[in-house]
Amino acid sequence: MEKHSAALDAAEAGGTKLITVTVRIRRFNPEEHPDPVWVDYQLEMDPKERVLDALNKIKWEQDGTLTYRRSCAHGICGSDAMRINGRNRLACKTLLKDVNPEKPITIEAIKGLTVLKDLIVDMDPFFQAYKDVMPFLITKGNEPTRERLQSAEDRERFDDTTKCILCAACTSSCPVFWNDGQYFGPAAIVNAHRFIFDSRDEGAEQRLEILNDREGVWRCRTTFNCSEACPRGIEVTKAIQEVKRALVTRRF
Amino acid sequence: MQIHQYDTVIVGAGGAGMRAAIESTQRSRTAVLTKLYPTRSHTGAAQGGMCAALANVEEDNWEWHTFDTVKGGDYLVDQDAAEIMCKEAIDAVLDLEKMGLPFSRTEQGRIDQRRFGGHSRNHGEAPVRRSCYAADRTGHMILQTLFQNCVKHGVEFFNEFYVLDLLINEGRTAGVVAYELATGEIHVFQAKAVVFASGGTGKMFKVSSNAHTLTGDGQAVAYRRGLPLEDMEFFQFHPTGIWRMGILLTEGARGEGGILRNKDGERFMERYAPVMKDLASRDVCSRAIYTEIREGRGCGPDGDHVYLDLTHLPPEQLDAKLPDITEFARTYLGIEPYTDPIPIQPTAHYAMGGIPTNVEGEVLRNNTDVVPGLYAAGEVACVSVHGANRLGTNSLLDINVFGRRAGLAAAGFADANDFVPLPENPEQLVQNLVDSLRESTGTESVAQIRKELQESMDANAMVYRTGATLKQAVEDIAALKERYKNVSIQDKGFRYNTDLLEAIELGNLLDLAEVLAVSALAREESRGGHYREDFPTRDDVKFMQHTMAYQEVAADGSTSIRLDYKPVVTTRYQPMERKY
Repeated sequence: MEKHSAALDAAEAGGTKLITVTVRIRRFNPEEHPDPVWVDYQLEMDPKERVLDALNKIKWEQDGTLTYRRSCAHGICGSDAMRINGRNRLACKTLLKDVNPEKPITIEAIKGLTVLKDLIVDMDPFFQAYKDVMPFLITKGNEPTRERLQSAEDRERFDDTTKCILCAACTSSCPVFWNDGQYFGPAAIVNAHRFIFDSRDEGAEQRLEILNDREGVWRCRTTFNCSEACPRGIEVTKAIQEVKRALVTRRF
Repeated sequence: MQIHQYDTVIVGAGGAGMRAAIESTQRSRTAVLTKLYPTRSHTGAAQGGMCAALANVEEDNWEWHTFDTVKGGDYLVDQDAAEIMCKEAIDAVLDLEKMGLPFSRTEQGRIDQRRFGGHSRNHGEAPVRRSCYAADRTGHMILQTLFQNCVKHGVEFFNEFYVLDLLINEGRTAGVVAYELATGEIHVFQAKAVVFASGGTGKMFKVSSNAHTLTGDGQAVAYRRGLPLEDMEFFQFHPTGIWRMGILLTEGARGEGGILRNKDGERFMERYAPVMKDLASRDVCSRAIYTEIREGRGCGPDGDHVYLDLTHLPPEQLDAKLPDITEFARTYLGIEPYTDPIPIQPTAHYAMGGIPTNVEGEVLRNNTDVVPGLYAAGEVACVSVHGANRLGTNSLLDINVFGRRAGLAAAGFADANDFVPLPENPEQLVQNLVDSLRESTGTESVAQIRKELQESMDANAMVYRTGATLKQAVEDIAALKERYKNVSIQDKGFRYNTDLLEAIELGNLLDLAEVLAVSALAREESRGGHYREDFPTRDDVKFMQHTMAYQEVAADGSTSIRLDYKPVVTTRYQPMERKY
């Protein structure tokens, strides 16, 4: 074909060059020992592979006790949020070449949720906060015979927050959440936003009252950690600001 | 060990399981047991849409959709079931919209629709806009919407509970046995009705669009309890997976105007499917791609892939309609799909076969009789609405239509019947399985056996098959099963033992791969997703019937596969030659 960029040539190049990577993982298994410990693993990897591929290679070839959650392996299911080099990311959406593989790559569980084993945290408080904002369409009156109409513009209004995959990367990157586990956290607010700004929904007042709580949106200190952490590129902080504004103006 | 009692137990929390749970929770005391947290299921990876003849953007009707489904399945579809699915498709989409699903919209504010492979106007005249979608995130939106409605209805989930056995007593469903991942504890769930909705088996192949977790758990459990598996030789290879990685790039990309090209830049599908071109059915496109590669027209230094070309489409269209797949190309290949074609190859995608059911979702124990109280829906099941090749979007439709039906039927059964007693020592089989793996001192590695299985399946049982390659697969699997007996794990603990979990999953994959290969070897014809180079034509006289595979256990405990066949239900459409 005519159009052949350098990037395409690089993507198609055969004979990949493997590099030696050190992966430094914060291991924790209370069945074995009460304290966490950092363990280094060395392995040969193609830098274009994912961090998840490196974890799999360790588990499958070196240490079967290494424990983490994973499923889809391409950034859709939200299972494998973890702290990689100090930043929350999905292991399956992070390529080794993008996290400075010449130095040890550090991997630990996301913060603010109880670590149960290695990279696995207790997700129940996270999902409880989600459930508390009534994350479902609330309507009054009889259902229409056909679909509810919604203009493309009205649909676009809340498009960003429909992308959430509930991976907890945002909530567990939030310093307020680290210090106060009762704070709803960014993900719950994102999912409230998704309905508050849906033109079909009639439950915005109820949700706003829930988020007007002491542990609601006003705890947000606008540090933007959540927006940086979101693997789906959701402008989380902006969404929280829009919910705050809606609380003040009662317009949504 | 703990014992629980529920009217209805649903196994799996993907689209089919949650759709069933929304119905059954409102009518019976329901527990959903799921290996993963609910929104982690692979329903969320579906992209392009869900077809229904809403006729929002052009003339359409459910009968055309039924015809396309039957033709797409190469006449192995049970036509009564396809008719139900295509009729109920319209309400299934409208129900999702009413539940809150944020569909992409037309200028009039209606649900927008786009073209998809194999979906046509008036019995094959031209492509039709039938797929209802939300950008290229339709599966994600369905999964989220169903989970949101499960929250609304207070569905009770048991997260990270892995179901490892089905209990049948006095010929009726008595419950299931599950392993709790967090603690290693075994739980017996006594239930009047059980719905299996545990998904597919795509991890038996190496290049696969499937999640790591798709290991055919439900199929394997049912099979080991003596229930048949239907049409397992029919496996779909999606034409456009990211080269070598297998990550799905939606057919919606071609629905939006994307084109498959070989190394000469030629739009080669014109030669294989003059009318539907790039929107021919998936089996046709995947074979065409491999033919191009085999005949030396593949791309790249090794000529082992082709291109999905979106470069002629306006960037605004890609941003609005295909934001996720263009991002995948950027993330995983480092290319810019506005200007670069995307290297792709066929990827293992979907099991057409599975646990046989009737249109109410009731599981069949032979060609005619059901197991009272047992239901299955979604990819784990075979109704059969997909026949020998599933049309794009019809899986999202299947999970909604038959998930709902199974949920209603299960709750109805639970309402009308009492519990059957649990068998003696109900946990025994699972306890033995878990103990033997945890205590094994064998020398074989799970990862190594799984790798060899996947490599053999890719080499021998993929898009092109012959008697010789399938025999090779059968031999390879038999050898791997022997080695599996000597497998051991490193993690001996009880807390989140995913090492143990992977070992059990591999056992499931081995059994199901064997069923696939043996069923495929016996089917000496080519139909839909099953293509035999040594039998390149469809043989309606001998093989217009469903394969039913049973596990036979000999007195010494050794197992073998017995194949039987079941007639296809034909109502409106007599088999014709399949052209696109």
